[in-house]
Amino acid sequence: MKTSRNAIYGSLLLLPAAVLLWTFTYQPILVTIVDSLYSTPRGRRPARFIGLDHYETMMADPVFWKSLVNNLIYALTTIPLSIGLALAMALLVNAGIRGRALTRMAYFTPTVLPMVAVANIWMFFYTPDYGLLDQMLRPFGLGGNNWLGSSETALGALIAITVWKEAGFFMIFYLAALQQISPALIEAAQLEGAAPSQVFRRVTLPLLMPTTLFVAINAVIGAFRLVDHVFAMTKGGPDNATMLLLYYIYQVGFSFWDTGYAAALTVILLAALALIAMFQFGYADRRVHYR
Amino acid sequence: MSGIRVESLTKEWGTVRAVDGIGFEAGSPEFVTLLGPSGCGKSTTLRLIAGLEQATSGRIVIAGRDVTGLPASKRNLSMVFQSYALFPHLSVADNILFGLSIRGVPKAERKRRLSAVVDLLGLGRLLDRRPSQLSGGQQQRVALGRALIAETPVCLLDEPLSNLDAQLRAEMRNEIRGLQQRLRITMLFVTHDQTEAMSMADRIILMRDGRIEQNGTPVDLYERPASTFVARFIGTPPMNVLDLTPVDGGLAIAGSSGPAVAPSGSSPARLGVRPEHIGFAESGLAAIVQSVEYFGADTITACRVGQQLMLVRTPGRPALTPGTTTHLRWPPAAAHLFDATTGLRRDAPLQQLKPDAA
Repeated sequence: MKTSRNAIYGSLLLLPAAVLLWTFTYQPILVTIVDSLYSTPRGRRPARFIGLDHYETMMADPVFWKSLVNNLIYALTTIPLSIGLALAMALLVNAGIRGRALTRMAYFTPTVLPMVAVANIWMFFYTPDYGLLDQMLRPFGLGGNNWLGSSETALGALIAITVWKEAGFFMIFYLAALQQISPALIEAAQLEGAAPSQVFRRVTLPLLMPTTLFVAINAVIGAFRLVDHVFAMTKGGPDNATMLLLYYIYQVGFSFWDTGYAAALTVILLAALALIAMFQFGYADRRVHYR
Repeated sequence: MSGIRVESLTKEWGTVRAVDGIGFEAGSPEFVTLLGPSGCGKSTTLRLIAGLEQATSGRIVIAGRDVTGLPASKRNLSMVFQSYALFPHLSVADNILFGLSIRGVPKAERKRRLSAVVDLLGLGRLLDRRPSQLSGGQQQRVALGRALIAETPVCLLDEPLSNLDAQLRAEMRNEIRGLQQRLRITMLFVTHDQTEAMSMADRIILMRDGRIEQNGTPVDLYERPASTFVARFIGTPPMNVLDLTPVDGGLAIAGSSGPAVAPSGSSPARLGVRPEHIGFAESGLAAIVQSVEYFGADTITACRVGQQLMLVRTPGRPALTPGTTTHLRWPPAAAHLFDATTGLRRDAPLQQLKPDAA
């Protein structure tokens, strides 16, 4: 009697969250999967079941493959670079340097700025001839670059912006984690004869691993989710050089109105993210938490 | 040869002098306790010796070598931290072996030393566990193991027992003392607990406001406290310290009707008597019982003498009820005289304190 009552209370307390989660997360996922198996309805022609046709199209779609490869390059460069930079910055501002508060703020500013504002600033940096970068490079005879306009450099230019923006955000987590580490641990390591590099490698870094895992998950999600700068700066061009998966989904869904195909692309993106998340929580999590 | 020698050591934080020109020596082997209330500079002194803080001035010599300017790692000492400072990501074995692996000690040697330490501390079944899976006492043992495996001639301990419960604390007290005697090393032990200091140490250095108040054996500190501060810091309950006024034939307790309890001197004095040295008698110092506390093995009776309170500790059950008038007596040798202005001990060195003669 009592337990069943408790079960009812428990379910009722969970209900609001469950309803929200279902309505805005699980149901859309299911609908997307179903939609990906139907053709896109046009005018008087309703959607009809076409099985895996969209997925076959996808396999033969060079833009899809291009966007996937771009996204992989984008993730594999921005994630380690921004995490490494974040850790370096956190170590620096955690040490007793002068003007520490100012430095912290400076590092964090890119995170606070909205991406569209950031895009505007970087547009100026990247502008051919009179942009900041070209002006700085001209004295060395390296001017005249169209950073965003040439397919060799466009993706790299976006990667630089992402690293610049994300590192400050991740730094905050590392800084908080560094301040959690008991100074006695560092002192004990020093007393045992550990040089600063050994203290970092054998004590600080392992103790930061839970933070690194958390930051890495955020970075992975960010690498697939953050496309504001593609919107504001390149629109996927030139020649799909900066086409990222999510931006391609947007284009297919809302520019070409091929919602069925967009649904199929979304399913692939979701599957990829789910796989990564499963790896991170299932495998890495067990190796990283000590308490 | 001395284990540790400290000469006019000073540490300033801005304008505050945490350690104010202290000097002492700890022999080898010897168990020395740095004792004092919080903020007296005992932990700072330990950290200066460890090399975790840099001295403002003074000299630190360890095993005959001046280490004042050396980093902690070059001082050839080990340390047990108050929080144990075990590495949470390493197993017990790796925690203990941390220093050896840093210093590149060969594998076979590591194994030999580990098994020796494990036997010494009874850590056999715990080697694969993480610190978070250990109880407080086990963590304490691991921290000790990490310090002892270095086989340094000097081991520093910073309030290592303060995080343990009372029973475990008593056990570890014996164990640490036993280890020091077995390994014949210098242990410098910081504590604010006078019971720990009294029961473990060969010598106690009692500190106050960055200076050494008294440096002596536990017996010295108990029987010949150098000042009223030492007198009241050592012993539970603390020594009675009473104001005196001149009367015919000497000094009597202020507010009492006599008799004289001390010879008159040139300057105002105070009298110290330990509660356990006072007995109830038919005649002597008149007092009124104010309250009685019973502890089982003994009873502490608070008595009013004039306006001052005296504690009396007697074995067994309480014999008196509050409000009773009684008389107090103590053997002459149990009386300590202190200067009323400086608080320093005034009388000549005491001979052996005689058991109750009242």
